[in-house]
Amino acid sequence: MSAMNEWIDSQVKSNDVVLFMKGTPDFPQCGFSGQVVQILDYLNVPYSGVNVLADPELRDGIKEYSSWPTIPQLYVKGEFIGGCDIIREMFQAGELQGMLAEKGVAAAA
Amino acid sequence: MSIKARIEAKLADALAPEQLDVIDESHLHAGHAGHRPGGETHFRVNIVSTTFAGQSRLERHRTVNRILAEELAGGVHALAVHPSAPGEEARPAGRPS
Repeated sequence: MSAMNEWIDSQVKSNDVVLFMKGTPDFPQCGFSGQVVQILDYLNVPYSGVNVLADPELRDGIKEYSSWPTIPQLYVKGEFIGGCDIIREMFQAGELQGMLAEKGVAAAA
Repeated sequence: MSIKARIEAKLADALAPEQLDVIDESHLHAGHAGHRPGGETHFRVNIVSTTFAGQSRLERHRTVNRILAEELAGGVHALAVHPSAPGEEARPAGRPS
C-alpha cells in the first residue's frame, strides 16, 4: 500500500463522514462537489471535507482507492457510498437519511 | 467518431438498453473547470437496461464506469448517469448548479 493510499485509508477510517471533493465545503470548485456539500449541509451532518485539488497525487490516489473514476466521493464509517449522482438519488428517495441513521451518524443538534 | 457517438456505441453494445439518451451538456459549463472549446467534456446519460435489475446503485454506476473507463480517463470531464431498470421511474440525472 502506498503512503498516499495509507493516508486516504486513515482519513476514511478515522472520520465518520468524509467527502473527497474539489475545493472546500465553504468554497466548492465544482458543481458536482457543491451539490453533495449542499445535501450534507441541509441534513446537518458533520463531515470532514478533503480538497483533492490540493495535491495531484491525492486526486489520482482517491480514484484508485475506491476504483471510482470521478470526484466527489462520499465515505461513511469507512464505506464508500458513491459520487454525486448516487448521493443525490439517495437523498431524493430519503435513503441517505436512513443510511446515516442506521450507521449511527446523527445530525448535529 | 465523436466522443458522444463512442459513448452511445459502447453502452448500446454492452447493455442492450431499452432506452439510451446521451446528451452533450458541455455548453452549459462554458468557463467552468474542465470545459474546452468544441465541447464534448460534460455529458449526461439516461439509460434503461435489464442489466441493472437487481443491481445496487453503486453496482449500476460501476457497470457504466467500467464500460466508459477509457472516456473517463481521457477527455470527458464530467459524466452524470441515471441508470434504471425497465419499469422503474425514469428520472433524469440532475445537473450541477
